[in-house]
Amino acid sequence: MAAIRGLGAYLPSRVVSNAELAAHLNCEAGWILDVSGIEERRYAAPEETVASMGVAAAQQSLENAGVSAGDLGMILVSSGSSERRFPGPASAIAHALGLDHVPAIDLPIASAGSLFGMAVAASLCGIHGNILVVASEKMSAIVSRQPLERGVAPLFGDGAGACLIGPDDGPVKIVDSVLHTDGAFAEDLRLEFDAPLEMNGRSVILQASRKIPAAIGELLGRKGKSASSVQVFLMHQANQNLMDRVARALEVDAARFYSNIRRYGNTSSASMLIAAAEWWRDPGPKEGDLICFAAFGAGFHWGALLAEAAS
Amino acid sequence: MDNKERILAIVRKVSKNNTLPDPEESLFDSGFLDSFALPDLVSDLEREFGIKIPDSDLNPRKFESIARIQSYIESRM
Repeated sequence: MAAIRGLGAYLPSRVVSNAELAAHLNCEAGWILDVSGIEERRYAAPEETVASMGVAAAQQSLENAGVSAGDLGMILVSSGSSERRFPGPASAIAHALGLDHVPAIDLPIASAGSLFGMAVAASLCGIHGNILVVASEKMSAIVSRQPLERGVAPLFGDGAGACLIGPDDGPVKIVDSVLHTDGAFAEDLRLEFDAPLEMNGRSVILQASRKIPAAIGELLGRKGKSASSVQVFLMHQANQNLMDRVARALEVDAARFYSNIRRYGNTSSASMLIAAAEWWRDPGPKEGDLICFAAFGAGFHWGALLAEAAS
Repeated sequence: MDNKERILAIVRKVSKNNTLPDPEESLFDSGFLDSFALPDLVSDLEREFGIKIPDSDLNPRKFESIARIQSYIESRM
């Protein structure tokens, strides 16, 4: 049985308001808020990298878990915005944590990478021991590529999240997960080398609106649980309207979907773990709580993961 | 009501717009549909016509105009 042992997050200090972006994008600040639910986001400093932000989140998750880096058996790092083709940030993060022999694997899966990392870690921790899942994104470097697209640039922010998953019977067990991929729509959300982010928003929203509730329903149905029995949904923070739509499809109160998108925007694969780290800190899991993670992103990759706090 | 009228009624409902779009007019370009109204349109079409639209057919271009929607729906009936 795998357990969630600790979470961490890192957000850069620079706050970028809608007003600041609107001036560059020839649009109204209020329009950005209306279409996305985003009021501000964080941008990394020039010297901050995907790896350096990931290290900060990783260290916090290890501290919260009371585990030292030396006790890690594997590191999985998700990022769709790493600065170079190879090596990816996983090896740099492992090195910064003082590890020189632990396998560190990159998962270049935008948006859904942290969910995939958690599910894979839950499967592998019985073999490798403690597995640190890190998701780190410097989306500001992507969305600043010319030409600026007002339907894309305001949506994204920078940050990192981390989650330590161990094989022990900890207080919050990972119960099950479902992962799916359908490459038929790969062209609808993509990032080519040195080119702007390409997103067919209609296709992404249409597919995500159907696939996320379906995956959650598949997962809960497999365990004989209902959506109303879930205490909190920790979902990829893509768009407030999308989260509200998923809540409606599942017939649960939208307040059960933890949201910080107003403050951070869409931090791609980091967003779900940043949200989880915040929720874990306050209010955090209580005895018997069911916690449902969910994400959807480029690929398309999507899925859900169910955790349960011990009674 | 014929199929076209049933589709028009759904478009008017999800777009909250009571005017009549031209059958060939882009519902997106004309402002009848946005990204978030599109999933509602698909769900209402499924309900109204008693069909299940597979995810593989969820290409926004299939729902671009009244004529395209009618052509697609009738191909599924």
